[in-house]
Amino acid sequence: MKTIDISVHLNGETTHWNIAPGDILLDVLRREGYVGAKRGCETGACGACTVLVNGKPIDSCLMFAAQADGKEILTIEGLAEGDKLHPLQEAFLDYGAVQCGYCTPGMILNSKALLDQDPDPSEEQVRETLSGNLCRCTGYTKPVAAVLAAARGSK
Amino acid sequence: MNTSVVGKNLRKVDGVKLVTGRAAFTDDIQLPGMLIGKILPSPHAHARIRKIDARAARALPGVHAVLTWEDVPRVPHTTAGQAWPEPSPYDTYLLDNKVRFVGDRVAAVAAETRGIAEEALRLIEVEYEVLPAVLDMEAAIRPGAPVIHDEPDSTNIHDASRNIAGHISKELGDIAEGFRQADLIFEREYRTHRQQHCPIEPHISIAWLDPDNRLVIRSSTQVPFHARRQVAMILQIPVQRVHVIKPRIGGGFGGKQEMLLEDICGALALATRRPVKIEYTRAEEFFMARSRHPHILRMKMGVKRDGTIIASELKVLATTGAYGSHANTVQGNTGSKVLPLYRAPNMLFECDIVYTNTSVAGAFRGYGCPQGFFAQETLVDEIAHELGIDPIEFRLKNAIRLGDTDELSAVLGEGRKGLPRVVRSCGLPECLERGAAAIGWARKRKRVNDPASHLKRGVGVAATMQGSGIAGVDWASALLKMSEDGSFHLMAGASDVGAGADTVLAQIAAETLGVTLDKITVTSGDTDFTPFDVGAYASSTTIISGGAVKKAAEKVRDQVLSVAAKMLDVPADSLECRDNVVSAKYAGETACATKSVTMTEVALRAMYKDKFQIMDGASHFNTDSPPPFCVTFAEVEVDTETGKINVLNLVTAVDPGVAINPMQAEGQVEGAAAQGLGYALTEEMVLDGSGRMVNPNFLDYKMFGPQDLKCLKTILVETHEPLGPYGAKSISEVPINGPAPAVANAVFNAIGVRLRKLPMRPEDVLQALREKELSAEKTAAELQELVTV
Repeated sequence: MKTIDISVHLNGETTHWNIAPGDILLDVLRREGYVGAKRGCETGACGACTVLVNGKPIDSCLMFAAQADGKEILTIEGLAEGDKLHPLQEAFLDYGAVQCGYCTPGMILNSKALLDQDPDPSEEQVRETLSGNLCRCTGYTKPVAAVLAAARGSK
Repeated sequence: MNTSVVGKNLRKVDGVKLVTGRAAFTDDIQLPGMLIGKILPSPHAHARIRKIDARAARALPGVHAVLTWEDVPRVPHTTAGQAWPEPSPYDTYLLDNKVRFVGDRVAAVAAETRGIAEEALRLIEVEYEVLPAVLDMEAAIRPGAPVIHDEPDSTNIHDASRNIAGHISKELGDIAEGFRQADLIFEREYRTHRQQHCPIEPHISIAWLDPDNRLVIRSSTQVPFHARRQVAMILQIPVQRVHVIKPRIGGGFGGKQEMLLEDICGALALATRRPVKIEYTRAEEFFMARSRHPHILRMKMGVKRDGTIIASELKVLATTGAYGSHANTVQGNTGSKVLPLYRAPNMLFECDIVYTNTSVAGAFRGYGCPQGFFAQETLVDEIAHELGIDPIEFRLKNAIRLGDTDELSAVLGEGRKGLPRVVRSCGLPECLERGAAAIGWARKRKRVNDPASHLKRGVGVAATMQGSGIAGVDWASALLKMSEDGSFHLMAGASDVGAGADTVLAQIAAETLGVTLDKITVTSGDTDFTPFDVGAYASSTTIISGGAVKKAAEKVRDQVLSVAAKMLDVPADSLECRDNVVSAKYAGETACATKSVTMTEVALRAMYKDKFQIMDGASHFNTDSPPPFCVTFAEVEVDTETGKINVLNLVTAVDPGVAINPMQAEGQVEGAAAQGLGYALTEEMVLDGSGRMVNPNFLDYKMFGPQDLKCLKTILVETHEPLGPYGAKSISEVPINGPAPAVANAVFNAIGVRLRKLPMRPEDVLQALREKELSAEKTAAELQELVTV
């Protein structure tokens, strides 16, 4: 099968991938060990596979890996600095926003994109942002509180 | 109670790996040579497989195995993950020559890639003899209906020839006499639908043979120990040869209290001698996994004029779909957990659970109670309204209370005889009181809606209860050992499925041992490395597994104290463990600093001087199932032009006993309330006339999102349960029961119509309004006629 070489700037490092043209970004990420992006629906409905591409949240199950060539990708694995967690990660733990944790990486990355754009979002904005991440465990009360707390904390 | 770890909002012990995305879930490992397994689902609701030809599929390069019914042992079993012997029909086969619903297993393949596996499925040639199918539960029990289980070797089916998987009939007191004594009798019919669990992680299993030729199954399961026993039986290998690993689980909600993929995945691993992974797609998860039993409920209550309920009768027709799974036990709960909420001296519960050619129903958070409480709590609301009694007052008057014994539970156990249930802790009155205050009940019940507006508001209430573990059946065990640094390793059979069990159990261990939470390392739910536990179901983990952990920790603490006593040369009973130190009790002015040793010092002494591993284990079960109580208040705004019900406030006040981790307990309540609200209003698996689900995706199956759930409010009303560790009951199920009846009652308060069918869709509201108008017009016309005459 014909393969292609691409390079992506992944979590701050330039990475080279040899992929098939039809490979889906989510599959390649998971194959390469970035398993924080989860498979939930493969139709862009649940948001468990969310990663940031050039700072924007995308459902990696809907993107060809080839489209990531030359782009900057942030996965949940790249969010903490070593053992120092990102304020969103700290807040998710402190506010009980994590239950099973399957949707958590997607929620946190989506929220990061929001806070990067607007460091002081309203509850309404947070809820709108998280509507891209289906969560069956929490009812969203605590994730919303965690994102608002992270925003307050980093002010 | 003066506690240091229990009752505190501590971070989840497994939280960091989850927020950093480290490999923790079933699918997060890659094994060399791993194959992808796929299952060929039946396109027919009911058919016999005349001929199945897998030659072309087997010849496809990259295919390593194709299994059909001709290739596997035929062992009748149940997929329900329950304590042995399961009180469930043994009516399921690894693969069969008959299919009984759209999505039933026809064959399974293992291939090098998903693409090849999917191609192989297309190459399997199946000649079906399509049989008449029956999708409707009332039709399934009519004479002449197609018989779904006509195979001779299935067992424990109530009446296969009439498609009745299970039958329950239990009476308390004298129901007929009860109705004779009643001043008023109310009887109504209610209908509920099929809801799906929708864990964001679909079912997934990975199976392989280890170097000792043992079958290892890493699986997204709530019941690793039951799965081990079932897989061994189905694949006809010794239990000793099976090792089930439960890693982190991406949500279960009961759907994973089922041995669903482990058997077929194991069979493919044995056939190929390669690791095999089977993961359901979202669509497969919808129609090939499990769902909530649809019910038709007839509820009848007899009351005195003063509002005392003296007879309570519930007759249920339920469908389990194509296989028995949890048929008897779920529906048993519909009676035993629902009726005893009110102290009627005469009760009757009757239920037929019937087969239909539809997706299989199984365990689902609430386990038969959301259906039963929808009927009971809306009927009770109707009675209170007719009698002119406030619904809260009516409930307080009739509800079970502290010191009462629920005798129905004694005659109606989970698929077997049960045990009487004594109420030793009861926060129900306080739940009613605090929930009412939070929603503004007194003020809002008096509100008069603007007749000119199409938006009408109303408030409603529902009271519910559940159990904490299955009395006399559920049991758990745990081991604890100490390491050199004064930390402890807890090995618990319990299965954390995302609800936070590992954290709660670690908190119980830490509290008992007098150490901080960071000193506890948890291994759980692994059949090789932890002792037995029935698994995560029946709201049992906190109370039953927690009870085992507490006992084990008490034994280990005694060992710690005896080593410390030798070191300090004082009697062990003068010492206590606190904050990672063993010191004299009542440490104050008199206790000198030398009269203490650190846990680390104790561990080093035990291990390297005494040559003694501080360790112990314990098992635990209860002969009672303490009920957590819950009251749900809903405030709705109904749009009479569109029929849409908008939930403005949903207050859940719940009695968890003592909350071991209040933040986690609240999280359970909020998640359950959200799932219950979806059940009430939008979530429905819709089947077409051929039995095929038409909405197996997250766009057409509507779960509520963050913008829909601003309404949630949680109140923990703590009590102290004598049978629970540190006073705890279990909490994760009970809050799902209330939203549907609370919303239905609020809708009545808003627009004066009773909705008796779930989900309560806009078209149902409009239809009910239209019927109300028509009946009002009719009454007006009749009045007019009378006047004219």
